[in-house]
Amino acid sequence: MSWIDLAVLALLGAGLAFYAAGSLGFLRFPDTASRLHALTKADNLGLGLVALAAAIYGGSLAVAAKIALVWLFAVIAAGTTSQLLARRARLDEARLDDADSAPDGGLR
Amino acid sequence: MTFAFDLILCLMILGTAAIALFVRDALAAIAFFIAFGNLMGLAWLGLDAVNVALAEIAIGAGVTGVLLILARARLLALGDAATSTGSPLLLRLGALAACAGFVVLLAAAVLSIPPESGLDRVVAPLMPGLGIENRVTGVLLAFRAYDTLLESFVLLGALVAVWSLAPAGAWPGRPADPGMADAPMRRVAGTFGQLLLPVALVMAAYLVWAGSDLPGGAFQAGTVLAGGLLVAGMGGTIGLPSSDQPLLRAALVLGPVVFLAIGLAGVAAGGLLVYPAGLAKALIVTIEYTLFLSIGVTLALLVAGPPMPGASDPDPEGKG
Repeated sequence: MSWIDLAVLALLGAGLAFYAAGSLGFLRFPDTASRLHALTKADNLGLGLVALAAAIYGGSLAVAAKIALVWLFAVIAAGTTSQLLARRARLDEARLDDADSAPDGGLR
Repeated sequence: MTFAFDLILCLMILGTAAIALFVRDALAAIAFFIAFGNLMGLAWLGLDAVNVALAEIAIGAGVTGVLLILARARLLALGDAATSTGSPLLLRLGALAACAGFVVLLAAAVLSIPPESGLDRVVAPLMPGLGIENRVTGVLLAFRAYDTLLESFVLLGALVAVWSLAPAGAWPGRPADPGMADAPMRRVAGTFGQLLLPVALVMAAYLVWAGSDLPGGAFQAGTVLAGGLLVAGMGGTIGLPSSDQPLLRAALVLGPVVFLAIGLAGVAAGGLLVYPAGLAKALIVTIEYTLFLSIGVTLALLVAGPPMPGASDPDPEGKG
């Protein structure tokens, strides 16, 4: 086993550890904001480490550049969707609070 | 190692399919259906069918998933609970028997094909005459071109069907604005849309060009274009066009009409959809580029839905 194989294995292992931690947090954390926090760690660091492993394993600069682009767009998309989800969750919370304090206690 | 991967993948495909079928909540079913489509894409990739994998993930999981989510939202808005209710036992047993019988027939048919008699052996010697390398494109655009020609018209027909659902008085207006109502969300989505739309255009143009020799093609590229248009629409970067705009109508029919015209012109070269020798690649690339534009715009408008009353604010970009 060469040094390159070892590096790929180590990066993959570290990436998967972040994915596992992110999934665990997604399942166990109490509210939307902290769940998003867990998921974005998996998306940013987990995917970054796995992509780095794949780029080294690919063995050419062209492959590495393509994987880097895939990673970049995944990160931008994940950042956008988590912003949207967080905003939506916050709007829903505000609406529930309004419903609780409304005299008739009505929904929506 | 590869066997273990295949086994786990198969179990995950069957598991996601079972959950998508049996879960009561429609949103959960759709989420598992999208996961199922992505895993199926991986399976096709494992079988070296990259073209099918691209189509499965882009259209099977992506566009279909968005359509299902929108259909659920529409059902909820109409007062339907969008959960599955129990059906009579006899009906379920009947469906089980019919599906099992179909699976047995299909398996028998597939297993009766000897492994060495694949289409590849027939197609490979014919490819040099076309001047392209991707055998799937060869089959779709040359050897079985009428299938693809008919498909392109079916897609157009689907849009006509969706448009025919427009409420009275809304024709020929715009589809409901897909933009997000909340201003901060619209800004976030808008920034992403401004970045994504040009990249999607470049990516899609590359996918069509690569489709001659590598995996890719008009349908995959059209889906990428539709995705870019829809994300840009959600952020308000582009407005959706009114359904009677001449430019829009031209973009919708361009691909099928160019395909049909080139196919009819083939009569002069020996028959319907026959390409003259030496011109095959140029004609195939022409058809693919026009088809890609039409497929992209059609898919985006299919997701956008029929024209709706009151959705007639001025269109900032002219065309969707």
